Amino acid sequence: MGELRAFAALGAAQWRSATSYRASFLVEMLGNAGATVFDVLTVLVLFQATPEVGGFRLREAMLIVGLSAAGFALADLTVGNVDRLKTYVRAGTLDAVLVRPLPALPQLLLMDLPVRKLLRVLFGFTVLGLAVAANPIDWTPGRVLLMVITPIAAAVFFGSIFVVSASLAFWWVDSGEIGAAFTYGGRDFTSYPISVYGSWFRNVFAYGLGFGFVAYQPALALLGRADPLGLPAWAGFLSPLVALCAAAIAAGVWRTGIRHYRSTGS
Amino acid sequence: MDQRDASVPTISRIGPFRASVTTFGALTGSGFRRYATYRQATIAGTFTNIVFGFLRCYVLLAVAEEAAGQRPGGYDAGQLALYVWVGQGLLSVIGIWGWTELADRIRSGDIAADLLRPIAPVTGYLAADLGRALYCMLTRFGPPLLAGALFFPLHTPARWQTVPLFAVSVILAVVICFGCRYVVNATAYWLQDARGPITLWTLGSGVLGGLYFPLRLLPEEIVLVLWVATPLPSLLQTPLDVIAERDGPALQAALVGLQVLWAAVLLGLAGLVQRRAEKRLVVQGG
Repeated sequence: MGELRAFAALGAAQWRSATSYRASFLVEMLGNAGATVFDVLTVLVLFQATPEVGGFRLREAMLIVGLSAAGFALADLTVGNVDRLKTYVRAGTLDAVLVRPLPALPQLLLMDLPVRKLLRVLFGFTVLGLAVAANPIDWTPGRVLLMVITPIAAAVFFGSIFVVSASLAFWWVDSGEIGAAFTYGGRDFTSYPISVYGSWFRNVFAYGLGFGFVAYQPALALLGRADPLGLPAWAGFLSPLVALCAAAIAAGVWRTGIRHYRSTGS
Repeated sequence: MDQRDASVPTISRIGPFRASVTTFGALTGSGFRRYATYRQATIAGTFTNIVFGFLRCYVLLAVAEEAAGQRPGGYDAGQLALYVWVGQGLLSVIGIWGWTELADRIRSGDIAADLLRPIAPVTGYLAADLGRALYCMLTRFGPPLLAGALFFPLHTPARWQTVPLFAVSVILAVVICFGCRYVVNATAYWLQDARGPITLWTLGSGVLGGLYFPLRLLPEEIVLVLWVATPLPSLLQTPLDVIAERDGPALQAALVGLQVLWAAVLLGLAGLVQRRAEKRLVVQGG
């Protein structure tokens, strides 16, 4: 109870600081949503030039983008701020976080309240809704369940990627933009049918790192399409399992990282 | 006291022109050295550029494979691949993202120190930015291009003037981008917190600069309006179209000419904004 009140106080303080520059806050919120709008727009522009990309039509591609955008926006809203960890490690702000009697991860997430990212989540789910409406999906109980679980599993998966790539800063303070290759890069990867990628690149990202199970395989299962790359139909239902594995790995990496942490002394 | 610092602009026996050239050169050198200290971040950033290069290149090539005549936006596969990989190499050279130094200094009041210097802030920051761009050109341009050349068939420029024209185009793009960032950051003189304008800039410059997809995929009229009415396509689209030889020699040169115009306009605008701001500036903090 006391812990909850402490977190509420932290959150409220951030809310007040965010709203003290109202115009900037509003523009930031619109800009944040705009980033996802442009990602979706890019897919639309590419499909203007051709009726099919990688063997998929626009409405099928929109389902893949929708699943990816909704999951990513949800993860970015909840744990995306952890990517500031490298700044906190470098500046020594993390020391102050660690001496407080609260768990470190939730505190870090509340150090910059991401209300400005709400609009983006809304947009992601709107795209997903439109894509579901545009595709003739043969609804079975299994598919309904998959439809509900997939965005959540995608959010858990992206959230784990955020935590793992931020944890790099515990070992490598100057890791700079390298995390972006997997967080934003992962989002871009999952926004397209993975049949467009070259085989070794696809093997690494889709099956090695698990990004193929975020949006592509579930979308195939929802559409009832056979995978042109040969995975069986039930592969789409693996997405929650893959997400749980990723979360377990992320938790392990984070704990090891926190224990490994040595202040920069600044 | 360090004599060299005190003597350059005032009591040196060399003329005023040479003195300002020396100062500009010294500031450029310091910009270069400043970024050269972040070696690990350079490696990390290069890795990320290469990953995004693969992502974008595969997608665009898949579009080209099934597009009408296999030439979406008038590019063949080799030109598209060159567009993507040179784009990834240039991204940090042009430096669209992440520069909030001026806005931060205005907010904290440190800008007062810049105003005391015997060199105009726009000139001083431009010199440092050119140094940064030079460092990025030497370290971050090559690796993505090399990775692209190893894994994809890239278009090889056929005209003799393409490479020199590309070099000029890149320098102009750096200057234009600096001018844009300066003006965006300078909104902090009026707003205190420039995060909003910076967000809009980051967003607009990426997509309308030609990073997400070649702007030529859009309807022709929109492309024309963007190119003439905004400086954004001059940031990445122009140098990339020049090196990929998307257009005939005349249009190729004309696009660079347009960049000259935009560079002049933006440097002028940055200077104007700075002078207006100085008249009303109240230094924050204490």
